[in-house]
Amino acid sequence: MAPRAQPIIGTSGVAAGVFVVAAVLLSFVGLGLRAEVGRGLGPAEWAAIRFTVVQAALSALLSVVVAIPLARALARRRFPGRGVLITLLGAPFILPVIVAVLGLLAVFGRTGWLNTGLGAVGLPTLSIYGLHGVVLAHVFFNLPLATRLLLQGWQSIPAERFRLAAQLNLPPRMIFRTLEWPLLKQVVPGAAALVFVICLTSFAVALTLGGGPRATTIELAIYQAFRFDFDLARASLLSLIQLGLAGGAALVALWVIPNFPLSAGLDRGLRRWDARGGWQAWGDAVVIALGSAFLLLPLFAILLAGLQGLPLMPAVVWKTAGNSLWVALLSICVLLVIALPMAGWISTRRRGSAEAIGLVGLSASPLMIGTGWFILINPIADPVPLALPVTALINALMALPFALRILVPPMRDVLATYDRLSRSLGLQGWAAWRWLVLPRLRAQIGFAAGLTGALSVGDLGVIALFADPDRATLPLQMYRLMGAYRTEAAAGAALLLLAMALSLFWLCDKGGRWHAEA
Amino acid sequence: MRRTLLATTLLLASQAGAETPVLTVYAGDYFTSEWGPGPKIEEGFEAICACDLQFSTGDLLPRLLLEGERTKADVVIGLTSDVTARARATELFAPHGQDNSALTLPIDWTDDTFLPFNYGHTAFIYNETTMDAPPASFDALLEMEDDVKLVIQDPRTSISGLALVLWVEAVYGETSAEVWEKLAPKILTVTKDWSASYGMFTDGEVDMVLSYTTSPAYHMFAEEDFTKKAAIFPEGHYFMVETVGKIAGTDQPELADAFMAYVLSEDFQQMIPMANWSLPSALPEDQWPEGWAQLPLPEKVLFYSEDEAEARKDQAIETWRRALSQ
Amino acid sequence: MLRLEGVEIAQGGFLLRADFEVVRGRRTAVIGPSGAGKSTLLGAIGGFTPLREGRLLCDGRDITDVAPGHRPIAMLFQDNNLFPHLSIAQNAGLGIRPDLKLGAEERARVAQALSRVGLEGLDARKPGALSGGQQSRAALARVLVQDRPVILLDEPFAALGPALRQDMLDLVQELATETEATLLMVTHDPADVRRIADDVIFVEGGRAAAPQPAQALLENPPPALRAYLG
Repeated sequence: MAPRAQPIIGTSGVAAGVFVVAAVLLSFVGLGLRAEVGRGLGPAEWAAIRFTVVQAALSALLSVVVAIPLARALARRRFPGRGVLITLLGAPFILPVIVAVLGLLAVFGRTGWLNTGLGAVGLPTLSIYGLHGVVLAHVFFNLPLATRLLLQGWQSIPAERFRLAAQLNLPPRMIFRTLEWPLLKQVVPGAAALVFVICLTSFAVALTLGGGPRATTIELAIYQAFRFDFDLARASLLSLIQLGLAGGAALVALWVIPNFPLSAGLDRGLRRWDARGGWQAWGDAVVIALGSAFLLLPLFAILLAGLQGLPLMPAVVWKTAGNSLWVALLSICVLLVIALPMAGWISTRRRGSAEAIGLVGLSASPLMIGTGWFILINPIADPVPLALPVTALINALMALPFALRILVPPMRDVLATYDRLSRSLGLQGWAAWRWLVLPRLRAQIGFAAGLTGALSVGDLGVIALFADPDRATLPLQMYRLMGAYRTEAAAGAALLLLAMALSLFWLCDKGGRWHAEA
Repeated sequence: MRRTLLATTLLLASQAGAETPVLTVYAGDYFTSEWGPGPKIEEGFEAICACDLQFSTGDLLPRLLLEGERTKADVVIGLTSDVTARARATELFAPHGQDNSALTLPIDWTDDTFLPFNYGHTAFIYNETTMDAPPASFDALLEMEDDVKLVIQDPRTSISGLALVLWVEAVYGETSAEVWEKLAPKILTVTKDWSASYGMFTDGEVDMVLSYTTSPAYHMFAEEDFTKKAAIFPEGHYFMVETVGKIAGTDQPELADAFMAYVLSEDFQQMIPMANWSLPSALPEDQWPEGWAQLPLPEKVLFYSEDEAEARKDQAIETWRRALSQ
Repeated sequence: MLRLEGVEIAQGGFLLRADFEVVRGRRTAVIGPSGAGKSTLLGAIGGFTPLREGRLLCDGRDITDVAPGHRPIAMLFQDNNLFPHLSIAQNAGLGIRPDLKLGAEERARVAQALSRVGLEGLDARKPGALSGGQQSRAALARVLVQDRPVILLDEPFAALGPALRQDMLDLVQELATETEATLLMVTHDPADVRRIADDVIFVEGGRAAAPQPAQALLENPPPALRAYLG
């Protein structure tokens, strides 16, 4: 009997997966070294766990439900500025929390544009504070991600299928059933699980928009245990609960994702023949307009505030921007080195459950991982000069689940389609990466790299725990400005940060699609 | 590999600087930015010490607790009164060796480990152009209409938030729960840290923000904006202080002592108001920078000793949480 | 030269037995009803379907467990014979070196092969920019540079028109003759068999029969084959 065939792209992904798990587990070992028996979990913590799950589930559900029509409309419309719009729509996802909150409040707050408008026409005003505010903010943050993942899925439907649908003159309902529904079944669970996990770790947003301590999340309890009580045992325990919830959600989602390849077409430019006019065109226009308004108005508020603040920005901000750029580039490299082999490994397995490994970095609270590593490094070396590399590593770990979600489905597809041909040609190992996987996935790799870079620029990260004055990153600098009453200069720094994150994202994303026919 | 490389680089760097002794000062994160007091302190101290003062910033207490005996700090500056109990328990600190009688605080300071270098009080800040009838007392604040909105910080994550619950505790004691129930409808929301709250206030989202009595000074002296006021209450305001401590295991004891003395010097104290936007701990009012003496400050100052605060803290936070979770 | 010794291929509930030898240089057509296991047989020879029993030998060498790319075999599938993101020169070049580190001489071989199949000057085109016939030619150019002693064709030209398919089969025949390769091809069309096959392997009822001379078999088919030919 012949041995089981080796996958053409090797199994270095196992090593990458082990590395990720080890990086997180070791940090808990570090925490364990210093944890003393604390007071355990009280009713306040259990309330936090309940609230966290409820708000995360609602946020995930709503983000995906809203993303479906938006992605669908964007997938079948071509209009000038569409590319720029899609890039801009991604911006909320990478904003530092405090900037996003102030931007949201400028629009939806008590004295925001919406309520000012409602008041002007004599309508009662709306309060954003409460569970609905938390969900609204989380949809604001995560709708772009869900939309992009869905859009990517839509674009992976081969042009030939739409041609066939057009030829058969399928009505919209049938196009949905035959082409879009199978796609949604494959993309939606993963996207929802990701959003759920992101919202699990929410903290400042939930508290501020939730209107007070009833909106206490697990991450806040972790911060409190760590920062105020220095109860490492309780902080670790909460962090493990968070990890368990995230892992459970991921496993369920990955398990329900049906596994079938969206078979490849011949890289013909995607043209859509359906939904060319009438009410569908209007419907799409309305969806795109509403979605854009929801996502772009707060950004516009940030832009307005930032433009006033730019001239007030001290020169040192530029230096920290350099640090942030360096961390971002390092994060991208680390990410690609981990994510590509891992995606390759996961794609060759029948079930995608291994992708859950990718979530450990995101769900295990960066504060905890950073602290664990601080404890481990401290006896051997001075952790301070390692602050930036450790930040880059943790940023990469946090971006890993997004990268995997972006890379795994098309990688699975490529491997399924070209497996026999590659084998018959003896194309394997590095050559298979070089000539098959990397070129076929260029667009997705660019997207994943851009997302990582942007997230890394916008993330405060563990650097706040220990940093030399010279090693500050841009978000840290922005918080320093805010802490020193320089609210306007901080708004300028926030704008700079936003511009940097978006440019980095745009460059990577564009680079991935440059000269690509698809 | 990378780590070895970095370690080697560091080793070389520290050898190169071996001629001038280095005093390592751990400071809060805001401290060393160019608009914070750090650079001026560094300049002032280096002029008299023939040494190199190096700041290392971060989250002070967690870092000290994690580093323990291995800490590189010689001096730690910026420990607030809510963390001094835990900092003391590490037994990392030596007596500060300075004369507490030189202090000009509104309270009696007897601690011989942690030396105050600035202070302020909790206060609600409002904009007088949008609020024509600010509350004249804490009681009046409670009786305000519910459509006057406040933003406060979470006592579980923020030092000023913690100071607020202790403030309420100090003024109202047993009846704190009812006080919080009266405040609850006026509290628009709670933020993780002071920055987010203050940003909401300057953006006009709220009428009043929990901040410090010295906050209007920034607007007055840095922006020439005289519309931001602290509401002063006769019931008293909670005292907030930042301290500096000397690490017992320092390899630069003389320099550390010299720095502790420098903290009480006029040079240091004079720069605190404008660089830290707080009040100097050892400088008579008549020597404060121009205009600062006119800043409205409370007659009555409330303060819990370290032990008292520690004993009341958890219950006070729980009372707050329950009332606001309704 | 290609020996199947007591081979059993199991796929799902389906079982196919084969025990025969294919003679060097012969052109063999594999025919049989749909679903009888023609593609399965080629897949097993190509190394894509594991054998449950038996051995596969090529020139006396046991290749049962050899990876597909290391077998002395070149194969064309029903579809996906070209990588759409690579130029046809690169696609053909993969037949020489899978890492595409081609020297000047090897690049010349690729160019020569492309011009041999009639694609001169189209080296830089990507498959999407070629017609169906041209895509088939590009795949054949790769088979040419692969220069393997055995060529397996699993109906790669099924989608082409009759005239074009005949052109392709003629080209295959010429190339096989030039490279002295042994050819196995799946087909449905007796005309294809008559046109190029020396021998026929009839696959039916879970068994792949030993090759028989095509001429004789078609003139005097056994009952099962007669039923298939209609």
